[in-house]
Amino acid sequence: MAVVFKKPDALTDAVLHYCPGCTHGIIHRLVAEAIDELGICGDTIGVAPVGCSVFAYNYFNCDMVEAAHGRAPAVATGLKRADPSKIIFTYQGDGDLAAIGTAETVHSAARGENITVIFVNNAIYGMTGGQMAPTTLPGQVTQTSPYGRKPELVGLPVKVCEMLSQVDGATYLERVSVDSVANIAKAKRAITKAFRNQVEGKGFSLIEVLSTCPTNWGLTPVKALEWLRENMIPYYPLGVYKDISDEKGAK
Amino acid sequence: MSEKVLMKGNEALAEAALMAGCRHYLGYPITPQTEVAAYMAKRMPQVGGVFLQAESEIAAINMVIGVSSAGKRAMTSSSSPGISLKSEGLSYLAGCDLPALVVNVQRGGPGLGGIQPSQSDYFEATRGAGHGDFRMIVLAPASVQEMASLTIKGFELADKYRMTSMILADGVLGQMMEPVSLDFGEIKTFDKPWALTGTGGKRKPNIVNSLYMDPAELEQLNFERYARYQSVCENEVMIEEYMMEDAEICVVAYGAVARVSKNAINEARARGVKVGMIRPITLWPFPKAALRAAAERVRAFVTVELSMGQMVDDVELATRCMRPVLLCNRTGGMIPAPEEVLAKIFEADSIGGAK
Repeated sequence: MAVVFKKPDALTDAVLHYCPGCTHGIIHRLVAEAIDELGICGDTIGVAPVGCSVFAYNYFNCDMVEAAHGRAPAVATGLKRADPSKIIFTYQGDGDLAAIGTAETVHSAARGENITVIFVNNAIYGMTGGQMAPTTLPGQVTQTSPYGRKPELVGLPVKVCEMLSQVDGATYLERVSVDSVANIAKAKRAITKAFRNQVEGKGFSLIEVLSTCPTNWGLTPVKALEWLRENMIPYYPLGVYKDISDEKGAK
Repeated sequence: MSEKVLMKGNEALAEAALMAGCRHYLGYPITPQTEVAAYMAKRMPQVGGVFLQAESEIAAINMVIGVSSAGKRAMTSSSSPGISLKSEGLSYLAGCDLPALVVNVQRGGPGLGGIQPSQSDYFEATRGAGHGDFRMIVLAPASVQEMASLTIKGFELADKYRMTSMILADGVLGQMMEPVSLDFGEIKTFDKPWALTGTGGKRKPNIVNSLYMDPAELEQLNFERYARYQSVCENEVMIEEYMMEDAEICVVAYGAVARVSKNAINEARARGVKVGMIRPITLWPFPKAALRAAAERVRAFVTVELSMGQMVDDVELATRCMRPVLLCNRTGGMIPAPEEVLAKIFEADSIGGAK
């Protein structure tokens, strides 16, 4: 019988630990499909973050290193500089990438490191139980913003793609979402392009993926997808924020 | 081949790193060790290596983690305030059992402190380099020659035991110029089957990680790591003994201040005091056995340190307080004159008690 659908080779058989309804599983799959399609699994080294996806090293079927909180782009830089023929990706959440690891993110982009960053934005610190993230929306209730995020006290969210679009060294920045089949298909194309850019030596690519956190948002998986559509996408518009891939030749 | 060249300590260290096969230097500028970065910026491109100035000390040590994960020899260097920022990475290096060479050319502290020579990071280097149960091999050069030779040794030991070697130097050693021989013979290298090199579709993935949710597993890993550390303690202690054959007073000093102490010892000998010195070259592992043996023979110890007195605790522990341990110290970037050490040797000689 012909196999029409199977687990990507770039995923191990380990059972994912994510909460029911969490979209990390979809994003893992998209990354793995991209790796499979490009045929690069044997040359790929992943960098896991601290946060919900801390165990990513158990799920991707390639060499993996677990970085300190926020430091994944620096670790990726070291790996890439050690052997530029390898494909290096980081998989990071919003607390990791946009708070404690802001400097590492901005400067790896500024250097034009030839790496791929998968940035999962779910507007909350999931692993630690739902605290305010740099990406938490105004008014959003979290454990550490129990009366809603008050911009007059803690400022406004960090928009990573918009911020990095001002960094000359970055090559490709796109924000996608995994709230619908159509958007998942777009996310897949963006993630694949971000890996292909690296294979072709085109420099720093970051894909921001809007994701849900039903557990810490206190919503059912379906309601969480609705909340993402109604609240996150208006604040974090989807689309390409920078793309000079075509201008970048092989390094 | 044993021809000597005149070099600054920081530059001799950097050149030795290249000879050790290090092709990745990741750093961030800070006085008084910036010559290391400047030298590497010039030399790395000439040897096909990578010099990268990171955005912070934290990024630099994490880049070291990346390079080391790939199985390559990597180093970073800094001075005291910068080493504090590297604490996180030092702990992760230990937790991941990754080799690395980290150089601390110490300056006065705490805080921003000063830029003059100091040894006040002794506790940090030998005990509290970061969170968790771990050790680093700490090598204390006392000459430009040792700045180079201990760098070679540091890379070899780091790879052999899969841990961080720290060169704990000070501003004097980094800045001064001396003749140095760069003939180190054969450099030892080690297989790294754990390295992240891509599976090539031929083996199971390698994982470099320090996270263990099962406390029993984490405890076991700490036990195994400490068994490895025990092997370091048994096999890698290095000291220099100076005039210890008939010594009744034992000076304990390391680094630049050991040289000041030698002048004082020579003067004390000329005045009839039987004094010698044990100079720890490895601060961790600390030369406990040598000091314990000395405690059987001498009447008193004098530790000479550029701190408020940190190594003095280890001397008292190693000797089980069998003999008085006097402290001769300057701090904040000040260095004792030989006369100050001499005065402390005389004091030890007078209160040492009957042998």
